[in-house]
Amino acid sequence: MRLINHIPGKPLAVLLAALPFIALFAAYSIGSDIRLDANPQDKLLPAPSTIAETAQRLFTEPDRRSKEILLWNDTFASLARLLGGVGISALLSLLIGLAIGLLPYARSAMSSFIAVVSMVPPLALLPILFIVFGLGETSKVVLIVIGITPFMTRDLAQRVLEIPQEQIVKAQTLGASSAVIALRVALPQVLPRLISNVRLSLGSAWLFLIAAEAVASNVGLGYRIFLVRRYLAMDVILTYVIWITFLAFLIDWLLKTLSRKAFPWMEAGL
Amino acid sequence: MSFVSVSNVWQKYGNRSILERVNVEIDEGEFISIVGASGCGKSTFLRMLLAQERPHKGEISIDGGVTAKEPNRERGVVFQKYSVFPHLSVRENLIAAESFDTAFGRLSGEKRKTAAERADAMLERIGLNHVADQYPASLSGGMQQRLAIGQAMTAKPRILLLDEPFGALDPGTRLQMHDFLLELRDETNMTVFMVTHDLQEGFKLGDRVLVFDKPRWDPHDPGMYGATITYDFDARDGGIPFQLKEDADVSA
Repeated sequence: MRLINHIPGKPLAVLLAALPFIALFAAYSIGSDIRLDANPQDKLLPAPSTIAETAQRLFTEPDRRSKEILLWNDTFASLARLLGGVGISALLSLLIGLAIGLLPYARSAMSSFIAVVSMVPPLALLPILFIVFGLGETSKVVLIVIGITPFMTRDLAQRVLEIPQEQIVKAQTLGASSAVIALRVALPQVLPRLISNVRLSLGSAWLFLIAAEAVASNVGLGYRIFLVRRYLAMDVILTYVIWITFLAFLIDWLLKTLSRKAFPWMEAGL
Repeated sequence: MSFVSVSNVWQKYGNRSILERVNVEIDEGEFISIVGASGCGKSTFLRMLLAQERPHKGEISIDGGVTAKEPNRERGVVFQKYSVFPHLSVRENLIAAESFDTAFGRLSGEKRKTAAERADAMLERIGLNHVADQYPASLSGGMQQRLAIGQAMTAKPRILLLDEPFGALDPGTRLQMHDFLLELRDETNMTVFMVTHDLQEGFKLGDRVLVFDKPRWDPHDPGMYGATITYDFDARDGGIPFQLKEDADVSA
């Protein structure tokens, strides 16, 4: 039988899914063991048990000076920036995307501009943003917005254009105005796409957030990682990386669930 | 004065002529079948009736009105596919036929309730009341087309345009749809234009069958001349031709 026709059974599939995680953990543990054997003071690959202890301390024990738990402060600050930036991008891309997709005038005026803007490397603009918006929250949110809006807008505009012309004509024969076509025909059909766009762009959004926090900030997950880097505190860095990965995964899962609950018609044909 | 009047309509895309000198008068309540070879402009003619396209020259008037610039509630349409809204349930698709004409596309309170009642009555008539809360994607092709026809009728258009409405259906379903359409027609006395590939279907359903073809043909430049109505058959009473357009007036 051909390889493409071999399908794993349910228990095997679960095992296969777990395998890469186990392999990674094993490889790390072995590497850590070898280094710690040679030098118990080694900081580069702390033992998994050390990371667990550090994680427990970071999540529960308040800082001695500020009496606050820094990890939670960092988490809330970063999430506020991330969700603010992604939220603004989603709204902007939805409005501009609908306009480009539905209105020939907006399409003529905006589509090449957006195509060019989406080619600008956002991180190269970071110094300009710090100069224009200062070192506070605004510049970090704006970096995320500039980074992900053009791509989301282009995709949404394309999706609006892909709505069959028959539907648009049909809506007109039912007396729908341009606004009603935007609200009742186009918008509901691109909302699922907007959510999948947000899911796709969250990776870039995290990248821009951590980059901005690393350069200039006084709180935030990215800031903390780059701060403790100076002391080679790998246990703290790894805890933060695992925590960020978990947050990203959680947000992605929430969006996926929301999409499935909110748009039952998407799955009606399956 | 006839109900729909098409006078001296020409259509061309760039240098390519599609239709030329199309003249036809339609009475209210007539069922017009439009047949012809592929690419002979019958769908273009339907799009002009729909006002999705404007004629290059000439007038199309419904009940004495002027040539429309864009599609409106006077014209109902059913396409071969994509005629219903996939994100609305079957019942909401019918309510949309009333609510889309408002400022925000929604009805509320008492109005929505009576619209829903009318939608349910229509569902009963088109035999879809058992799937009222499902989405179109879970319906069969025939059911989707029944819904599309019901939706178009709910808006109470002056003329109903059908663009190969049964083209994607299997033969059995197609026959059921014929009966359904004839029944609906007897009840409403709607003026209907139907483009079809199927001559038999055209003659079975139509009162008149219009045939589109190119009367003039330039072998060096196929896009030189457009098509026009070359035959206009009376399809009632077994389809005895009542009019044969004189070749003289077109082959000049």
